[in-house]
This record gives sequence, structure tokens and C-alpha cells, in this order.
Amino acid sequence: MTSPLQRKLKIAGPTVVTANRLADGAVVWLSATGGWTDRIGTAAVGATSDEVLRLLDIAHGDENTAVGAYPAPVRIGADGTIEPANLRERIRAGGPTVALPTGVLPAAAAKAA
Amino acid sequence: MYVYDEFDRAFLQERVAEFRDQVERRLAGELNEEEFKPLRLMNGVYLQLHAYMLRVCIPYGTLSARQLRAMAAVARKYDRGYGHFTTRQNIQFNWIKLAELPDAMADLAEVGIHGIQTSGNCIRNTTTDPWAGAAADEVEDPRLYAEVIRQWSTLHPEFTYLPRKFKIAITAAKHDRAAIRVHDVGLRLYKRDGKTGFEVSVGGGLGRSPYIGKTIRDFLPEEDLLSYLEAILRTYNLGGRRDNIYKARIKIQVHEMGAEAFAQKVEAEWAEIRDGALKLDKAALDAIRDRFLNPALEELEDAPAVLAAALADPDFARWHANSVAPHKAKGHAIVTLSLKPVGAPPGDATADQMDAIADLADQYAYGEIRVAHEQNLTLPYVRQKDLPALWAKLKAIGVATPNVGLISDIIACPGLDYCSLANARSIPVAQKLTERFADDARIADIGRLHLNISGCINACGHHHVGHIGILGVEKKDEEFFQITLGGKGNSKARIGELIGPAVSEGEVVDVVERLVETYLDLRTSPAETFIAAVQRLGTDPFKERAYAPR
Amino acid sequence: MPLVKNGAPAEDLFTTVADDAALPDGPVLVSAERFLKEADTLVARNGEIGVLWPNARDVAELKPYLSRLSVVALTFPKFRDGRAYSQARLLRERYGFKGELRAVGNVLRDQALMMARAGFDAFAFEKAADAEAFNTALATYSHFYQPTGDGRATARDVRVAHAGVAPVEG
Repeated sequence: MTSPLQRKLKIAGPTVVTANRLADGAVVWLSATGGWTDRIGTAAVGATSDEVLRLLDIAHGDENTAVGAYPAPVRIGADGTIEPANLRERIRAGGPTVALPTGVLPAAAAKAA
Repeated sequence: MYVYDEFDRAFLQERVAEFRDQVERRLAGELNEEEFKPLRLMNGVYLQLHAYMLRVCIPYGTLSARQLRAMAAVARKYDRGYGHFTTRQNIQFNWIKLAELPDAMADLAEVGIHGIQTSGNCIRNTTTDPWAGAAADEVEDPRLYAEVIRQWSTLHPEFTYLPRKFKIAITAAKHDRAAIRVHDVGLRLYKRDGKTGFEVSVGGGLGRSPYIGKTIRDFLPEEDLLSYLEAILRTYNLGGRRDNIYKARIKIQVHEMGAEAFAQKVEAEWAEIRDGALKLDKAALDAIRDRFLNPALEELEDAPAVLAAALADPDFARWHANSVAPHKAKGHAIVTLSLKPVGAPPGDATADQMDAIADLADQYAYGEIRVAHEQNLTLPYVRQKDLPALWAKLKAIGVATPNVGLISDIIACPGLDYCSLANARSIPVAQKLTERFADDARIADIGRLHLNISGCINACGHHHVGHIGILGVEKKDEEFFQITLGGKGNSKARIGELIGPAVSEGEVVDVVERLVETYLDLRTSPAETFIAAVQRLGTDPFKERAYAPR
Repeated sequence: MPLVKNGAPAEDLFTTVADDAALPDGPVLVSAERFLKEADTLVARNGEIGVLWPNARDVAELKPYLSRLSVVALTFPKFRDGRAYSQARLLRERYGFKGELRAVGNVLRDQALMMARAGFDAFAFEKAADAEAFNTALATYSHFYQPTGDGRATARDVRVAHAGVAPVEG
């Protein structure tokens, strides 16, 4: 294993650390105030490789709360809002992009019938 | 269908108790994630993008109405009220909490269903013809052997930590509806000189390196089925590659050794064990055969008057033409329920639909339902005289879209909307395609056409064997789609050919439509199917038109 | 490394000896290379001998020596690497090895029953808690579908004993 001092992490911009909560699998982010949050807006943002590595170390040390932690790119809005910066992370943060099936006759099928 | 006995039931209880203990140890931190992951996977539990997913096995695709209701109940109680039928005769629940999984499994075990070995590097659910026991072109019911294999492979102490997953499929009919040539082991049941046996192929599979399985034995007598499988699995367990996950499937071992050398190794191993404890004598087979309760079908005549009258209705006739198949018993039919309504995710069914289908199965089909690898459901024992009434009720619950086997009967994986491995979304592409091809008369004119979509190279949507295949890829955080042409999943299985550069999400539906228009222009007559035209013409005329500047 | 043997905690009497080290008195465990190179002197030695066998090597090579070996230790570099299950069954069921078959490496309680069914009778656990839970782990299942050489009753044995009971929808 590479010494932690030797580790390099290529990041292209502001980055958060995300994982899935062990108990229910929900998407969570490492929080700026410690622990995990289910709102990306309150995630801890790293701006440099060292900062993100430090966040990852915290996350990997807490594998019994949230599993599979990894760095994910974000965009910071002018007003400081944090938004996922790629499609996969947008879907993780916002849920499936398609309507979930409901009822005995799904809406789409009703429309077609 | 096979009825669990005390032994099977007690086993399932023990399995649930074991998993409950493992979940408790994981939540208490006594097991770390690396240790726990293979254990949960072996129970069908994945961690996907948004939540845990439970994959439940529908052994060789056969379900009772009672079991389908239990699935509906699980969907309601532990999930978000729906389930997704997969290409391997499984159902997936997408939103279950880890802490509640043991309870959900206990509920399913009550009716004899489970998620055992629906994931992990073990022997998976053996799949077969959804029309087994009913098909007019069947030699024998293959489910007996699928059940024999289920029992042998369940928690097999030697083969639970294989180099990679291992999938077996059986067909016993003239037309292969189980895609056996793209499985790790494909078994084709047939009779030679009055004896039942199997042609055995190995090393088929899709994914990153697609291969068509190679025959390593022309005829394996039925009594030797398990010893021969054990010989194959032992050869693979000891010799399959473990240095690279992408080269760990048996298809790579077979390819690197050569099918002949692989066969020799298997035969040598088999010679040592064929007369041992795995021999399937008559008593062993009968003990399992006796637990299959098959419906006593009424004696009826084909083409009853009520059916003939209903066929005058063009809507009914259109549905009948593609959703109803010939039955081995006179006066009966096999009915496919399309889970591909226009604009909806392929293969999804709501809990309400599952309950309604269970009721209809009880009323019209001896309480039995099948799951097909095309992600549709089948009622295998319907009286022909009931077809008009059944059709009306199926329409009312949205499962009578007259598109079975047609272009909008799309196979698609869950894609990036759910799956942590996906690179692109499959469902929105499928939705747009079904909307473009929503006209029932038009798709009937286009005729038989299999369109398959995968959201990544793992090929869960079987794009390689689609007449038209669509593979999602990601470039600079944008979704693109590669198009393949000419794939086939049946007994003459072949891998589709990539026709050119990937196209953007906005273009993919237009490209598919141009492929279809090319076919309509060039076919010799409506009797020439899309795939036949591709084989006759080659892919060039299609490529030219697909990428023609607009 | 807590050792469980024949269902009970056991002291490991075998000393693992490096390839270039002199052999001490008493029971020793040596590598496959050393064993095959020095087999004749090793089996003639006054003291029990065991071999640590890698999971990528054919166990058939051990055939000539099995009656003189006290221990064959098969390795699980990761518990997910299941080659040693096949090796164990071959040693027990085909080559008739009667000595101690020991599981070493990433040995965890969740695989103990499968290992026992494949023929292992000694388990070098990584965690003390797993060694303590050994007998509970082995009792996880009382029902087995397929035969191995372990002698446990299988579905078929049970069913043939109850033949003729008609199935009911259940």
C-alpha cells in the first residue's frame, strides 16, 4: 500500500465525498459539520487533493455507518449552493429520472389505451 | 409446478435465520463490508445507486398466483409498490432497507421463494423455456431437470466461491426460448433412441467479451447430468482465471484452452465421478418428478366458436396474433402478458398489477404464471374459449399491449436510473422508442424485431443478441449509444455487428427508425423478417442509411 | 490464529518452518516446494510432518505421500478464492487422505460449514470470535441438498425414507 503521504488524488474542481448509508442504502455525503448528511447542500467540500484525501480518510474510517465512499465532483453556485457535477451524481442526488410505476394501470399505459 | 416439501421449507427457514444473523453482525460492526458483501450478494442483495436492491429468484420462471401475491405484498410493505422482472427469470425490488431485508425474506420464504444465489460468484438460478410444460414444440418438460439442478447447486459447498458467476439454461423445445447458447452452460434436451439426454455447450455469454457456447458433448444421458455438471464446475473452479475479473468467466477459460482441450479435461474428471453419488437413477428423478403438481387440463377442442367470433374484432385479432401461442393440449393456448406498455419502463409491474394478474391466473390459468427472459409474463394454461374475456381484463390492467415479439417489446436493463455499474440510462431510451413505435398497425407491419438495450458493457439488456442492439456509453459526461445489427439469441445465436460510431441520446430514436425504414424499403415481401433481411443484405445498406445526413 | 480441530479449540502443535531454516524437533509444517524437494527425508524423519499446499497447485502431486502426511494445510488467500474446496474434496474423496485437513488464510465462520462439507476438519480462524462460534456456525443448516464425502444426510436420503407421501399445495 502506498504511504498516505505519497497518495495523490486527481481532482478537477470542488469535490465532495459520497457513500450509501449502511442501514438503508440511502445516498449520503460527508457533512461539513461532521458525520453524514442526506442533503448535498450541507456536504463538506474539498478544493485540493489533500483536503479530499482527508475527507476520504474520515469516510473510510466510518464504514459501519456509510459504505463505498468515493470522491464526487460538484459545482458551487454563485450563492454557495452545492450541486452534483455529473449525470450519475445528479441521479444519485435526485433519484431516477423516470416516473416510478404506480397503480394498477400505469399513467403512461392509460394514456396509450 | 414444483411443490416444496418439509425439507425445502426447513432449508429456507435456516437460510433466512443465517442471513438475519449476518445482517445483525454487519450492523453491529462485527462483519466489515468486504466480508459482508459476498454474503449479501449470495442472497440477492445489491447496493445500487439509491438503495439496496433485492433480486428474488423465480426458479426456472415458474410462479404460483400465491407467490406472485407474496411478491406484491413485499413490494408494498418494504418497497415502493412495484417490481422489475429481469432477463434471467428474476424479480428485483429497488428500495429495500438492509435492516428490513431479513423480514422481507422471511415473508417470501413463507411461500417458498427466495433470493439465494441470484448474485455472487456461484451457480445462479437455472433458467428455461417460459412455455415449459405447455409448448407445442416441446420434447419433454425441462423443469424437472432445472429443479434437479436447483437442488444440486443450492449452497454447493465446493462451488460457492467460483472465479465468477455461473449461469445454466435448459431448453427442451425445437425453438430455443431460453437463449442457451449465451449461457456458461447450455443444455438442449432431446431424445436419442428413445433415451432422454442433453447436448451440452459451454462458454457462451454476453458482457464485455461475448461468446457463443461451444458443444462439448453431443449426448449426455439424463442420469449423468449432475456428475457431468460437477466435472465442468470442478474444472472451472480449479482452472478458471482469478487474476482479472474481466477474464474470470468460464468462456475465457474455454477460449484460452480451446473447446476440445477443455472438453477432454471435463471428460477425464467425469470418468472419475460418473458412477458415484450423483447418479440420477429412476428413484432420484421420480422423487423430484412426484413433487411437480401439473394441472389436469380439460379435454377441449381447438378453435371454439367464441374465439372465432372474437377474432372478427381487429384489435383482439392483433393481440391474438402476437400474444397467443399454440399449446400442446387441444383447446388451450399460451398467453403472453406484455410488460412493455408505451412509455413505461420495460419489465416493471406494480403491486396492484401483480395482484390482479394473480387473480386472473387463478380464474383462467390454473393459478400458474411464468416469467420470460424477454421481461414479460406468461399464462401457460389458458382455455381458448376464455381468451376474449381474459383479453378484456388484461387490457384493463395495462398488460395487453399487442406488441409481443415486435419492435416495442424492448428488453432493457435498469440502466443509470438505478444501477451503480451503468454508464447511460436505458429506460428513457426505451420509453422514447415505444412512443415512436406506438402505432399498433405499423409495428405489426414491421413484424418480428427484437430490440435490446444495455446501459453498459455488462450487457444485462442483451444488446449483443438483439436484432437491433443499443449499448449506452459515456463520453465526457454525456450519454451516447452504440448500435449493433444482426444479433440473435436463439439456437442459431450470433453476436450483432457494430454499425458505426455511437450516436447521441437525441439521435438514437431517429437512427433506429431509419434502420427500420431501410428494412421496409428493401424487404422482398412482408414475409421476410427484419433479421432475415439483414442476413440477406448484410449490414452495409443499413449503415449507409442510418448515418445518412438529414 | 485460533485453531479449531474436530469441533474443539486445539493447540497448534505444528511449527511452520521457513524453506531455508533447519528443521526443529517435533511436528513441522513446510512449504510445498520444500516438501517435494526433500520428501524422502522428510517422511522418514522422526516427527510428524505437514505441508502447506498452495491453491493453484494440483493436489495429485501429493498422492505418493498422503499416508505419511499428518497435515495438509490448504490456503484461502481471500475467502472468496474457493479453489481449496475442490482440492479438499479431491484429497478426501478421491485420494483417501485420512490425516488433518486444515484451512488456513482468510478463514471465517461464514464459510466453516462449507469447508467441513468439503472435508476440512481443522480451521485456523483469523478472529477469536469466529473460533468461539464454530459449533454454532456448523449447526446453521441441518438440511443439505447435494452429497459430498462428509456423510451428512442429503435431501435424497430424507426423501427416499419418506417416499410415497403425496405433495400438497403449501
